[in-house]
Amino acid sequence: MTMTEDVKVKFKLNGRRVEASVKPNRLLVDMIREDFGLTGTKIGCGMGECGACTVLLDGKPAASCLILAVQANGKTIETIEGASPNGRMNSLQEAMVKEGAVQCGFCTPGIIMSATALLRENPHPTEEEIRTAISGNLCRCTGYQKIVKAIKKASKKSE
Amino acid sequence: MPELHIAGKPLPRPDAPGKTMGYTQYLDDWNLPGMLHARIYYSPKPHALIRRIDLRKALSHPGIHSILTARDIPGKNFIPMMKDDWTFLAEKKAIYPGEPVALIIGNNRESVCRARALIQVEYEDLKPVFDPEESLQTGAPQVNPLGNLIAYHKIRKGNIEKGVSEADVVIEGIYETPYQEHAYLETLGYIAVFHDKEIMRVYGTMQCPFYVQNAVASILGMPQNSIQVIQTPTGGAFGGKEDMPSLFGGLAALAAYKTGKPVKLVLDRRDDILLSSKRHPSRSYYRIGAKKNGALTFCEVKVYLDAGAYATLTPAVLWRCAVHGCGCYRIPHVKVDAYAGATNKIPCGAFRGFGSPQVVFAMERQMDKLAQALGIDPLHLREINCLRKGDETVTGQKLPFSVGLSETISKARSMSKWSKKWRQYPLIKGEKRRGLGCATFLYGVGLGAAGKKLDHAEAHIRIKSDGSVVFSVGTTDMGQGMETVLTQIAAEGLGGIPMEKIRMLPVDTFSVEDSGPTVASRATYTSGTAILSSCEKIITTMKKTASKLLSCKPEEILLEKGCFFRIKSPKAKQIGKNADNKKNAPFLTFEEMASECFSRHIPLSEYGYFDSPPTSWEPETGQGKAYVTYSFATQIAELELDMETGEIELQDIWAVHDIGKAINPQNTEGQIEGGVVQGIGYALMEFISFNEKGMIQNPSFSTYIIPTSKDVPRIHTAIVEVEYPEGPYGAKGFGETPLMGVAGCIANAVVNASGIDISRIPILPEYILQESRKL
Repeated sequence: MTMTEDVKVKFKLNGRRVEASVKPNRLLVDMIREDFGLTGTKIGCGMGECGACTVLLDGKPAASCLILAVQANGKTIETIEGASPNGRMNSLQEAMVKEGAVQCGFCTPGIIMSATALLRENPHPTEEEIRTAISGNLCRCTGYQKIVKAIKKASKKSE
Repeated sequence: MPELHIAGKPLPRPDAPGKTMGYTQYLDDWNLPGMLHARIYYSPKPHALIRRIDLRKALSHPGIHSILTARDIPGKNFIPMMKDDWTFLAEKKAIYPGEPVALIIGNNRESVCRARALIQVEYEDLKPVFDPEESLQTGAPQVNPLGNLIAYHKIRKGNIEKGVSEADVVIEGIYETPYQEHAYLETLGYIAVFHDKEIMRVYGTMQCPFYVQNAVASILGMPQNSIQVIQTPTGGAFGGKEDMPSLFGGLAALAAYKTGKPVKLVLDRRDDILLSSKRHPSRSYYRIGAKKNGALTFCEVKVYLDAGAYATLTPAVLWRCAVHGCGCYRIPHVKVDAYAGATNKIPCGAFRGFGSPQVVFAMERQMDKLAQALGIDPLHLREINCLRKGDETVTGQKLPFSVGLSETISKARSMSKWSKKWRQYPLIKGEKRRGLGCATFLYGVGLGAAGKKLDHAEAHIRIKSDGSVVFSVGTTDMGQGMETVLTQIAAEGLGGIPMEKIRMLPVDTFSVEDSGPTVASRATYTSGTAILSSCEKIITTMKKTASKLLSCKPEEILLEKGCFFRIKSPKAKQIGKNADNKKNAPFLTFEEMASECFSRHIPLSEYGYFDSPPTSWEPETGQGKAYVTYSFATQIAELELDMETGEIELQDIWAVHDIGKAINPQNTEGQIEGGVVQGIGYALMEFISFNEKGMIQNPSFSTYIIPTSKDVPRIHTAIVEVEYPEGPYGAKGFGETPLMGVAGCIANAVVNASGIDISRIPILPEYILQESRKL
């Protein structure tokens, strides 16, 4: 196999079985954004340092700019578009809006993905656990306080 | 002030749902058919003549469409900013590492990226200079084509010798502050389309669409009526998208013009940090004096800003630096000299605070040193000297209204339990120390006397026939929440209709006239005032029409919660299907009125203007009404300091801000919290390192460190509202202020904890350890 030959990948994307033909060096984030048109996943640095491209890979938060598209084969990928499939905000998203946790919004999808993974694993996290869970997601606008509050609020709702 | 129903309420942002669901399309989230991609080739040299540019290899790379250099520019190779020195593409000389020389255009990002490495340029090295004070000395290499002194501003008030002779205590200090990178999450990005070879349309992330319009006009030699600049949802800016979009938006337009195809120019993070402007580093020399009772007698400041290679916005930044250099105090004798020197490094531009955080840090350290020398509670020293209503600023400006500084001090004092703690903490000895520090400061709202020419704004509101509303303004939302605040102002101004009925249109240079830049914390009070003016015109027309329909006089119509009531003679004929629900008074709903006006051919489409109240400036003395008004703040930091490791753990920050009126208190809190955290980065961790050739060494988020969710303390905010009578519902601008005092109050808290004399930022552990050895 040469680097120019396309490879077939089959995976679950936001609950649906999908497949794509990709170059072996294609990044997961580019496949998601360009081949599937899911542009809610952002590119903030391209080097796994800012968290804007966070998706869930088999339920775990992952920087999609550091993962090859072929690595998605046989896996489950969730993006921000999967968080509100019917166009209605889920309780975490509602809390983000209500608490004023969104400013420029560029980090928001990544933060929601990180927080989603946290709340699934740990429905009642402490503030410290929330801060740790989103510590890989840089936000330059909000100072994080309202984001932490929103995640806490969403976790209380799930009680 | 009438009772407000929408303005002043913490209502949710209309743009937030789309952002949380990932629908909002930022510039890089869409493409056009046949679109090409562009990338910048930049000079790696600090100072060099460009001898030869060889593009042959790069051009033969697969996927490359063309490569443009300065020679391909049909218009002027000048970016219109404050001086005619800044070029789009370097032609004969390159004067900083990162200066664009060529624009590579190709079918995809990978090709243009690879072709960049194949461009060969022959340079002839010239001697560089990297320090602004050195660059201003005779014999220094000439960096900037117009001379190395980019700007100089001075203030002279009273008689400095007299001030010195009246002082019982004199405090001197030298302070240094670093570069700061904006680190907005969305990098710079533009798409240009030459529509029908008639209209050049530029989309992108930006603060100032009219700057970009002027830049495109310059590079292409086209009239403004052929250039349409449309702002796309903008992922943070902080000043970093004031000057730079002119350069990169202009280059995208050049590419579209030359190729005839849509062109996308998006910078990756590395290029964004390497090629975009930063906060000016500073070195300042201070001398202040006071009487035994604490009253300041004089303040003498000499400050140098490192402008980098081109002027961009430096003259304005330096002016604000000079005006803010003596803080927020009553001082009879003042002498300020502010210089900006050109160096062979990245040009510095706008960054939240715009030349003031540098001197606020220095002045607030001075005040604490003075308090210590006098044996006065440092917060009380500020109470003694702080500007109050009726006082005069250091530029001789009388403050007739909206001076809530002393309120912010007393509120911050009680919230932080200052009085108990600040005396106790220095008594704690050993490895783990604790400290409390304060800073008080002012911020001149808007462009001020230096930016007079640009200080106007336009708004356009249209009521659709179904009663829904659209409005256009020329200022932008970059994440700070302007759309929300202006929508609230419009909803209130139109008689209390729900915010959901109102939509702000994308900012577009074809829809309203040049409203100046979205900077200087000016959007709320400029565009807000313009909106209220158009609302008034529309309401007058609607009331007049309503009075005809309800058979009464216009002054007998009461507009409340979006309904036009006839307040006199309740027995008159009722119109409107909802009329039965109300007690007697006949009325028409907003929707009914919109529909009636439409069918009667009564236009409900009005422009409103904001024209800045007068400002003045006498350059020889630095006296005048520098700004229309000021916002004020007190910030207090509490921290733990490990003397063994030099590590600081912030515990709490209290931030109390007088902003006139909070149109959306939740947004206001968000601005305070975000600004404070950016200030924490400035105080404790952010710096740019350069190699010996002036090239930035840390262009990534793993080497340029900004605060994460784990680095921030509890932030306690409070809003003081001392109404600004010329602002919409009493509001004055404030978005920049939350950053400004943080470095000062943290530094003062470190001193309180350890006795170490902090004179520069960032306060890294190694700095603490190095200084603690001197104790």
